[in-house]
Formats: sequence, C-alpha cells, structure tokens
Amino acid sequence: MSGYNFAYLDESTKRMIRRAILKAVAIPGHQVPFGSREMPLPYGWGTGGIQVTAAILGPADVLKVIDQGSDDTTNAVSIRAFFRRTAGIATTESTAEASIIQTRHRIPERALREDQILVYQVPIPEPLGRLEPRIAETRRMHAMADYGLMHVKLYEDIARHGHIATSYSYPVMVNGRYLMSPSPIPAFDNPKMDRMPALQLFGAGREKRIYAVPPYTSVKSLDFDDHPFRPIRAPHACELCGSRDTYLDEVLTDDVGGRIFVCSDTDFCAERQAMKEAAE
Amino acid sequence: MYVATKGGERAIGAAHAWLDETRRGDTSLPEITAAQLAEQLGLAVDRVMAEGSCHDRGLAALAVKQSKGDLIEAAFLLRAYRTTLPRFGASLPLDTDRMAIQRRISATYKDLPGGQVLGPTFDYTHRLLDFSLAAAGGPRSGPPEAEASAEATPRVTEMLAREGLMQREASIEAEPGDLTREPLSFPADRPLRLQALARGDEGFLLSLGYSTQRGYGGNHPFVGEIRMGEVAVEFTPPELGFAIDLGDITVTECQMVNQFKGSRTEPPQFTRGYGLVFGHGERKAMSMALVDRALRAPELGEASDSPAQQQEFVLSHCDNVEATGFVEHLKLPHYVDFQSELESVRTMRASVEKTS
Repeated sequence: MSGYNFAYLDESTKRMIRRAILKAVAIPGHQVPFGSREMPLPYGWGTGGIQVTAAILGPADVLKVIDQGSDDTTNAVSIRAFFRRTAGIATTESTAEASIIQTRHRIPERALREDQILVYQVPIPEPLGRLEPRIAETRRMHAMADYGLMHVKLYEDIARHGHIATSYSYPVMVNGRYLMSPSPIPAFDNPKMDRMPALQLFGAGREKRIYAVPPYTSVKSLDFDDHPFRPIRAPHACELCGSRDTYLDEVLTDDVGGRIFVCSDTDFCAERQAMKEAAE
Repeated sequence: MYVATKGGERAIGAAHAWLDETRRGDTSLPEITAAQLAEQLGLAVDRVMAEGSCHDRGLAALAVKQSKGDLIEAAFLLRAYRTTLPRFGASLPLDTDRMAIQRRISATYKDLPGGQVLGPTFDYTHRLLDFSLAAAGGPRSGPPEAEASAEATPRVTEMLAREGLMQREASIEAEPGDLTREPLSFPADRPLRLQALARGDEGFLLSLGYSTQRGYGGNHPFVGEIRMGEVAVEFTPPELGFAIDLGDITVTECQMVNQFKGSRTEPPQFTRGYGLVFGHGERKAMSMALVDRALRAPELGEASDSPAQQQEFVLSHCDNVEATGFVEHLKLPHYVDFQSELESVRTMRASVEKTS
C-alpha cells in the first residue's frame, strides 16, 4: 500500500516490538511492557496480535488468521485483509500451509510445527487481574511468585461447585515460574500449549504487554493433586466430520431446542470431511 | 442443513458501502465540506483534536465528516493517523504568559492586570433555541471591534506564587516522557499524568471532576484563571542550538487554586490543579485541572480513597479510544468461550440435580 511501510508499522517501531518479543522469549510467561502503537483497528480487536504479527512478518511468510477457530469470522477476515493490503503477503486458510497463525480464542486442532509461529490476541494479559486490579500490585506478586491468591480462588471454586468453574482463560504456569493467562482460549486448548514445537507469542495492545512461550516449554494448567485439571468440551460428535475429540460449537437450528454440534476449527473440519469423501 | 458461515468478506464490503451511503445522506442536499465543519462546528473539531492528540484542524474536521459526527470515532481516526507520523523531538514548554488572549477570566479576583476578557462564550446566554438559525440566514452583525489591549496579562497563579501563597511546581529539566511511545507504568509522574488527562475523554474527566466537588476527594477549588488564545510553539533543533518558532496554536488553559493545610515540611498555602487542552475546550480544561489536583493527593499527604484520587483507576480508564475499543469488542464473536461456559453451567446444574 503506497504511503505506508511494509506491514504498516515503521521499521523502528518493529525493532522496538522485536526487542520486547526477544525479552519475552528469554523470560517465558513474563509480561513485557512495550510501546504499543495506536493502530487503524480498534483496541480490543486484536491490536496486540496485529503489532506482533507486523513485527515478525517477512515477505515470504504465509499468514493464516482465525477467530473462534474460523477463518471466515468477520474480524479474522478484516485482519487478514489488513495484512494483504499493507504487506502484500500470501494468506491461507490451511493450518499446515501457514508460517504464521494469528488467533483469537482458539488453538488449531492440528499439531503445530517448529517452523510455525502462533500469535495470540490478548484482551487482558494479567491472569491475576480479576483478583487484584492494581497493576503495581500484580507486578509485585509476579516478582515474588506470590500466586497463593489464585490457588485460593480455585480452591473456593471446588468448595462451592465441586470442581474448578473456570472454563476459559484458564491460568497456566509457564516453565514452573510465571503464572500466565493463555488468553481467552477454552480450557480444552490449554494442553496444546505444553511443549508445543511452535513458538507462541502473545500481544495485548490496549494493555501494552507482550509475552511468550518458547518452543518445547512446559505449560501446566493450575490444579490440585486431588482435583486434576480436566479440559471440557461438548460431549458430542461433529455433525459435519464426525470428530469426537475436537472442540465443538453449538449451533441452534430452530427455536424449539434443535441444535447440532460442529467443529470450531473450520479448516480441520473441512480437511476431515474431504478425507471422508475421498475414502467413500 | 447447517453450512459453515461463509461470505464474511463480501458482507463486510457491502456493510461499508452502506455506511458510505448513509454518511452522504440525502443527495438532494449539498454535501458538507470539512472546511465548513472546521468553521461552523469548531468546538466539535477542537474536541476531536484534543482527544485525538493531534493539532490539525483540517484533519480533525475531515475525521468528523468521515465519522458521521461520531466524535470518539473521529478522535480514533485522528489517533491512527497521528501514530504514523515521525516524532522529531519535544517543543519548548508553551509560554501561556505570552498568549494572544481571546478569553481570560478569573474567579478569584474582581479585577486584575490584563482585565477580565469574556471572549466568545456560551456563558450568560439564555439557552433558548434560536429558530432564526434554522433558516439559512444572511450575514449577522459581528461583534463590535476594539483595539487589543497592550497591557500584559500575567498569570494569577504566578502573582500568588510571588507572594509565597502558591506552591511552586518542581522544575523538571529532563524531556518529559511520552506515553504514546513508552507504556505508562505506575506510579506515573505528573507530566505523564497530565499527558494522559490532556487526551482523556471529556465526559469521563467531567464526571470525575464533578465527583470531587460532591465530596469524593474534594479540595476546595477556585478558578484562579481560565485563558484561551494563541500561543507560539517553539522548538530547538539540535543542529541550530537556538529556538525557532514553528507557528501558533490555540489552547485553553485552566489553573485551579486549591487549599492546602500544610504539612510538616510545608507551610499552609494554595496548590495548583492544572488543565491544558488543544483548541477551545473550557469544560475539559476545568475538569482536567480538578482531576490533576485530586491525583496529587498522595504527594501532598492527603487521604486518597476516592476514585478521582486513584491514578491507576483514572489513568487506565480516561482514554476513550481504548475504552470504546474494548467495550465494543464485546460484539465480536465469543461463541467459543460461551460454549465452554454453557458446558460448565450444564455440568454444575447436573451435579446440583443429582444431590437434590
């Protein structure tokens, strides 16, 4: 696009972001403040992820953008179009073909590889934020690895409900040191983060934080010995591809209780459907 | 049979085309120009300039037009443009003492050097709809003209300070931080706080300022002075070593005079709440001055348990571009998380039914 640098941001801004990313990779799970810029897309709509992607994107990269697991949700369409317009790079809907995947609220079902980077859009980077809103205070808690408050919260869940009632944005410990928000992915996706071969980068634009999980890093969902972490999914099979181990969306088909369940990862589902058809 | 939703790209394109059409409205009416907006909706344009933190009336007027008059959307457009501009340095501090005054009033003195200059104000107008404005009118009679006074207009707070009654501000030689380049960290110093307030939402600051008057962190404010007019922006390029004049901008400045009972180290005196905004924005400048003073509570050893006195609360929420983005992001799809909540609630209900 004329009048703008490759991938919108100027090179000195990209360098500033890359430095924050390098620091984040060096201290897995630690939130690094960065000089988040005002982007031409609204705060809360992926400006952090967009800045991270813009900073790491090269002309040879192939970009996939998903929101809720789907390539065709409106905001994913908008962000993909933004990078096509400002960087002229190739985009794809195929998880296997992408070198960078920017995501909101999901991790793709297909296992990611070492030569791929997963960029998460993060609304609230602070996992302790709901328990302690003051950032000055949560920074201290992270510095002291003082996470008792979160354990108490999970314990209270168990005392009240018999199990941990957090179903998304489920807090994780990274590399045995930092408590981290996995972004609002369903808890079902948490285990995919553990020792993932791909680099995972997290960008929070409005809150001006970047954090990272380097490849093959331990990511453990918080739990107790007698109440181990249990990922939740709807106990059904996908109506379209028949999958019984993927995360499903519930789709209402009428107003009298009719519903079906389909894969939230549309690329994975389409691939399975194609395989099924080929086999038949 | 359900088919995965497709066609997002086409739908977005069509929605934006529809937006363009509604922006233009009835084509039998002449299209409004940005120049007309800058001239005739000047206060809206000033507000966009202030909250967009970019002093350019032409671009701010264009943003108002493009946003269909949604002023927060317009400030967002201007900010997104501003962020692409190179930053080549910090200007010298504006010297509002040398302002070409259009308006200057003090509530603390009946008369004072430089006088009370009302300027173009809504104050004392009777808020009666003027139906003569509904008809396209001919030229109206302008205000009577008079020679500008040659008398200097010294600042009220400075006169108090010379008497030792107004606390002097700490002089900071270092270039102030820039919260558009470096993330704000807490506690934030006063230059950064003022920066955040200067681009903060007028409505939010108005309500917070109002809350201090109603007892949530009050500090007995008096309007020492409000002045509005043009000031020169000066910049010292490193290669020259002396200041050059970049041009004049219109700003509104408010200095609130507040009581301070004194502490162990300081005698009783007045303290200052300071507001400065681009363009003519008196309500915003006054609100900013109230909130600035409220945020000084900890340094003055005052209790700080009211919302306006808590800097993390004020500074993290005063930016309307951040706020509108995050509030409005709730309309993005959240069905994945909602699904996990559905399953969680169903599980909880099942266990309740089992035990009852």
